[in-house]
Amino acid sequence: MRTGLIFDIKRYAIHDGPGIRMTIFFKGCPLSCAWCHNPESQSSRVQKMYSANKCIGAQDCVRACPHQALTLTPNGIVTDMDACQLCGACARACPTKAIELSGHEETVEGLMKIIERETIFFDQSGGGVTFSGGEPLMHYKFLVEVLDACGKRGIHRTVDTAGFSKTGILLEVAKRTDLFLFDLKLMDPVKHKKWTGVDNEKILKNLEVLAETGVPIQIRIPLIKGVNSDAENIRQTADFIARLPGEKRVVNLLPYHPIASRKHEKLGQLYSPEGMEKPDESEQQRIVAIFEEKGLQAIIGG
Amino acid sequence: METPLTTEHKPPARAGGTEGNFYPLRKNGIGPGMNLRIQRLRKLSVETEPSLSIERALIETEFYKENLGKYSVPEMRARTFLEICKNKTIYIGADELIVGERGPTPKAVPTFPELTCHSVEDFHVLRSREQQRYAICQEDIDTYAREVIPFWKGRTQRERIFQHVPSAWKAAYEAGLFTEFMEQRAPGHTALDGKIYQKGLLDFKQEIADHLARLDYLNDPEATDKADQLKAMVLSCDAAILFAERHADLAEKMAEEEKNPDRVQELRKIATVCRWVPAHAPRTFWEAIQMYWFVHLGTITELNGWDAMNPGHFDQHLAPFFEKEMAEGALTRDEAKELLSCFWIKVNNHPAPPKVGITARESGTYNDFTNINIGGITADGADGVSGVSYLLLEVAEELHILQPGNSVHISSKTPNRFLHTACKVIRQGHGFPSVFNPDIYVLELLRQGKTLQDAREGGCSGCIEVGAFGKEAFLLTGYLNVPKILEVTLHNGIDPLTGKVAGIATGDPCGFQTFEALYSAFRKQLNFVIDQKIQVSNYIDKMFAKYAPAPFLSVVIDDCIAKGRDYYDEGPRYNTSYIQCTGLGTITDSLAALKKHVFEEKTCSMEVLLDALAHNFEGKESLRQRIRNNTPFFGNDDAYADDIAKRIYEDLLDAIDGKPNIKTGGKYHLNMLSTTCHVYFGKVTGATPNGRLAGKSISDGTSPSHGADTHGPSAVLKSLTKIDQVRSGGTLLNQRFLPSLLQRDPDISKLASLIRTYFTLGGHHIQFNVVDTATLRAAQACPEDYKDLMVRMAGYSDYFNDMNEDLQQEIIDRTENESF
Repeated sequence: MRTGLIFDIKRYAIHDGPGIRMTIFFKGCPLSCAWCHNPESQSSRVQKMYSANKCIGAQDCVRACPHQALTLTPNGIVTDMDACQLCGACARACPTKAIELSGHEETVEGLMKIIERETIFFDQSGGGVTFSGGEPLMHYKFLVEVLDACGKRGIHRTVDTAGFSKTGILLEVAKRTDLFLFDLKLMDPVKHKKWTGVDNEKILKNLEVLAETGVPIQIRIPLIKGVNSDAENIRQTADFIARLPGEKRVVNLLPYHPIASRKHEKLGQLYSPEGMEKPDESEQQRIVAIFEEKGLQAIIGG
Repeated sequence: METPLTTEHKPPARAGGTEGNFYPLRKNGIGPGMNLRIQRLRKLSVETEPSLSIERALIETEFYKENLGKYSVPEMRARTFLEICKNKTIYIGADELIVGERGPTPKAVPTFPELTCHSVEDFHVLRSREQQRYAICQEDIDTYAREVIPFWKGRTQRERIFQHVPSAWKAAYEAGLFTEFMEQRAPGHTALDGKIYQKGLLDFKQEIADHLARLDYLNDPEATDKADQLKAMVLSCDAAILFAERHADLAEKMAEEEKNPDRVQELRKIATVCRWVPAHAPRTFWEAIQMYWFVHLGTITELNGWDAMNPGHFDQHLAPFFEKEMAEGALTRDEAKELLSCFWIKVNNHPAPPKVGITARESGTYNDFTNINIGGITADGADGVSGVSYLLLEVAEELHILQPGNSVHISSKTPNRFLHTACKVIRQGHGFPSVFNPDIYVLELLRQGKTLQDAREGGCSGCIEVGAFGKEAFLLTGYLNVPKILEVTLHNGIDPLTGKVAGIATGDPCGFQTFEALYSAFRKQLNFVIDQKIQVSNYIDKMFAKYAPAPFLSVVIDDCIAKGRDYYDEGPRYNTSYIQCTGLGTITDSLAALKKHVFEEKTCSMEVLLDALAHNFEGKESLRQRIRNNTPFFGNDDAYADDIAKRIYEDLLDAIDGKPNIKTGGKYHLNMLSTTCHVYFGKVTGATPNGRLAGKSISDGTSPSHGADTHGPSAVLKSLTKIDQVRSGGTLLNQRFLPSLLQRDPDISKLASLIRTYFTLGGHHIQFNVVDTATLRAAQACPEDYKDLMVRMAGYSDYFNDMNEDLQQEIIDRTENESF
């Protein structure tokens, strides 16, 4: 049976598309944006997360580990990653959920059961399901099956993508998607590569092709001072969006928040937010104005 | 045309510590926002310290000393009421348009020694305690000690009640298994229908006279009792009319001495209004409001019934007057709003009468629970929203004061515009309005045996309890501490906190081999405790019927006149007794923990768990964490826990619902209200199997335990609607939202959809606190800067600073729904 690797499911998600939604977060992303809010979404493998502040030193995990990979130190539990097989015994044994595994395989059927719990909220609010991540297109075969299953049940489908995929895959997904939330980060290809790890040529091309199909698209842009909030990038972005075929797009501007640091810590990663800041109110307003000049509606927030 | 409420949300544009008025004042001084008159009245009301007035007690005591034994009990009560109306100080304050105070001045609360007589020590506690203080001077305390206390010794209702309670009841009561409402205050919990806007008290008097004339002394053995009651009702009408006339006299006198010609006009108008109502049916919007206010004052002067008094569907009652005068050009929207604001402040001038002893701990608030129902449906099933509904929301938002409580009633017929407007008021974060579902409570009332029309005219009084307005005595009898019943079960009938017997022996818990064996012991204990409670409630009911009738209240509640019987004595068309069961979340989670860890997975034996509970989990943090993190808890749309909640709910119904009370046709019904009692119950309950530590608050109403719901509000609503709420007389759901979740207008419509979905699924009530933890902590640290921060308790709003630390902590501990 086909499965998808999912790391989180949020109910009453109200900033990921119309109405009250359920947002399903896929694990794995071809981009590695420096500001990523969900660093656990980047790897397409199950990962171990550890919160030292939740650890009470009970050492149930140490005893439960069949590979003797864990030790209690003054800084909390330390895992020998060479010995660890990611079997999850430690997470199951932990009384406080200080150790958790991020990512679990879900079947289409299993996922539909969860989705169907919320249908009455979707019906009442004009909401539905949003597939996010990570990059949902990385799981496109599974995604297509889930989208079809939702379609059969009349559930509104939104796909939140960074657009870095084979065009054929994107178009296949677009056939069964009611709304795209398409992330644009940077127009300059060199800077794009520097900050996200990949080139933006494919992304821009894909957005044009997608717009051609007529499927509704909202553009989402993270606003990060020091990365992409400069007037030049914003102007280029606005030009690009304004030139897209079809109706004028709504642009959601998402001001950067340095909230990911705790999550990086949990993954045992270093996080260096150097050079990244939240643009202040007046800068946000200047950016909105640039989009409006091009006849685009820009909204701060999702 | 209504002026729309603010659509853009800005956090209240007030510096910390200032009050009121979100909107800049227009040059002409009138709206939007409070005009200067309303600002002054509000300021006086907010800043006046609540005080105790001994005036009522002195008038009453003197009258009793002279007249004891001369009259029948109902007549004695009516004559006492008349005496008070004849002699009490009449107050008409500067700027006032709606007049009348229960005490001699705003926020002065009388005492009711005939029910429970405060001791000198009580007064000292009341005037010096940290929260909910009531000022009283030493001279008044001395007078009270000399004139009032000696006379009432041995004659109070409270003493009569406590003389007779059985020891098993006392043991359960002292263990904190339940509380008793009527030991200190009279039964009330009522709301009015529309009849006082159609008929004046002179019309009621005529009706009473007709019934008196028709009494059949030949065949009706109760004819004499009925005559006594009906004569008392006539006297009480005279008393209320006299009270109004005295206001008219004073207003005329003040007009003669007044220099400001505008105020002279107003005072003359007040005099005209007070000469007309309550004697006659009101003709104008102003008279209609004053009519209600005199009736309200009459009922809360006669006795101190619970929940003060409620106007019921106030907007529906006022709408015909409003629309007629607006069409004629006799009234402007601003004038209507000003009058409503004056009324609103009048209600705020009346803090709850202070209690004594153990129940002083259970409800720490000045709020006396008048609840204005806004919107809803009409008696013929149509949408009840009118221009007055929007006005009331505006008044509530702009004044944002403690009283009156207010609620919006959202049926499937209610327009979205009204719901959205209400959501915008909710977003301001004052904890009101609360939101009710008439489509469900009409079913609740029908199930209890009301006619369709009477059910539709019903709604909620006080907090969340429902009844047929103007036709029913729906009495809250007290709270039931359901988690404590489990605690006593786990100790074979003993209260582990005191070592005393609190219930019955239901078996050694370590001998239970299965969850079913434990559950059936719990159920046995539950039935025993509820029967104790009911026995005494029945007895107290009879005490009130016999010794403390309320003839004035009886005039305005159908069918007291037709039956010739008192409100407390089967007079109303419907007579319901509610028992309010508290802690559904805590008990569900505790049973889920026992089921899973002790009986199914056997990872923890009963002995080990009981030992951990006895030591408040000290040295057992790992076990406590395992329970808290690895047990399915109520509020997550998880069948494991939700099925247990359903089962408990069914068994509560089974133990309570449909049991007869002492009134013919009257029955007990289930209610799931907690007010602040979950905090008191937490204090008297040791650590519970769900990992809750000793002394911590138990869960409120039907809300999940603090922090137990981790899947967002929609999952909570799903769990809540698995219990068949129609068979209750009210459930209560608290939700705490971060302000960021309601920042923009699209968020408002999503909140509205959330409410609509809950109601479609069969939810009775939901209320929101829109405030973040940082703000609450800041308010704890610097109370002066957050004087007007209001939060939602269980069933009403209160000033955060007026709450004791336990209550504040309880609010902070509630699960905070954040933006995703």
